[in-house]
Amino acid sequence: MAERKYMIIVGAGKVGWNLARELIDKGHEVTLIENNRDRYLTVEQELEHSVQYGDASELWVLERAGISRADMVIAVTGDDEDNMLICQVAKEKYLVDRIIARVNNPRNRPHFELLGVKPYVSATDLILRVIEHEVPEYGLVHLLDLPEERLEIIELLLGDDSRVAGRRVGDLNMPEGTLLISVLREGQGGFVPGPDTVLEVGDEVLAVLDPRVEEDLKTFFGPDGAGE
Amino acid sequence: MFVLIVGCGRVGSSVARSMLRQGHEVSCLDEDPEAHARLEVGLERSWEDSGGQFTVGTALETDALDAAGIGQADAFVASTDGDNTNVVIAQIARRRYNVPTVVARILDPLRAEWYEKQGLRTICPTRSAINMLEEELLTAAGDGVRWEGGDPGETGP
Repeated sequence: MAERKYMIIVGAGKVGWNLARELIDKGHEVTLIENNRDRYLTVEQELEHSVQYGDASELWVLERAGISRADMVIAVTGDDEDNMLICQVAKEKYLVDRIIARVNNPRNRPHFELLGVKPYVSATDLILRVIEHEVPEYGLVHLLDLPEERLEIIELLLGDDSRVAGRRVGDLNMPEGTLLISVLREGQGGFVPGPDTVLEVGDEVLAVLDPRVEEDLKTFFGPDGAGE
Repeated sequence: MFVLIVGCGRVGSSVARSMLRQGHEVSCLDEDPEAHARLEVGLERSWEDSGGQFTVGTALETDALDAAGIGQADAFVASTDGDNTNVVIAQIARRRYNVPTVVARILDPLRAEWYEKQGLRTICPTRSAINMLEEELLTAAGDGVRWEGGDPGETGP
């Protein structure tokens, strides 16, 4: 087993309860905090002393749960403000090393960023990401995002109307900060393109790039792309 | 001065009317359309005819904040009935929109104290009530001296 950690989970909804159960099974010490009395009593029947009743946005509730010795605080309530502030306080006041916040409404994502609360997890975004992958008309699929490092890996499908189809990779004047790392072609599988590779309609192109030029790259590979 | 007040309950609406009477531009944002009626209590004309602005919307939606004029605000008051909402929107007003004066109402004294230390201007009605009650009781007890030690457990169960 990995090193035993102390984790505080706020919100004993489906996410919090299951998370607590899994982490306890993995041998970690867990305190789950729930502010709804009925819910608390239900969860308490299974988790016993591992669940506490209280409003974790109040500091004394966090202190009672022993936040000063927590290795990680995970806020997964159904309320974005609560999740944001619990994590902000954990990080800035109690100097907890690691926090994870749940985003309920993806529109609130910029607020989490603004308050320095990261990483955050949004189920809606995750599902959207899967849909993106399943629906090729969407054009551009994110395979990996490293916002801190200003890097991402994306997959682009060259449509019938793409202006870069039929051109040599070496002749493409792609937006700066972009590198083609792989081409997936039907019948041929995947390969690393060289300057002489000629792109074809239907190719799935993998590129590593600076997220800020993502739109440019999308245009470049699309019907209105310069292709030069 | 252009003042944006988010949360138009008893406190927010009173401050809004008072600022308007004193000649300032006032815009209010509340998620409850009924809050508009509270603004007009004691006014002879409608809130709009008196020069006020009212927007229905959720405080956390940047569209609503924009519509209520946060971009032009000289002062921002966070007075919804939720401490957490107030703390979040006050930080948004300060960090994202650079509003020069931002004040948040926080009922929980412990949190109010901490955010105040972080540089957020906070008003804590609970703290004021505690101080006043203590003073009343100590005066009644005859010594008139306020206990300066505070009580760390004052917001306990």
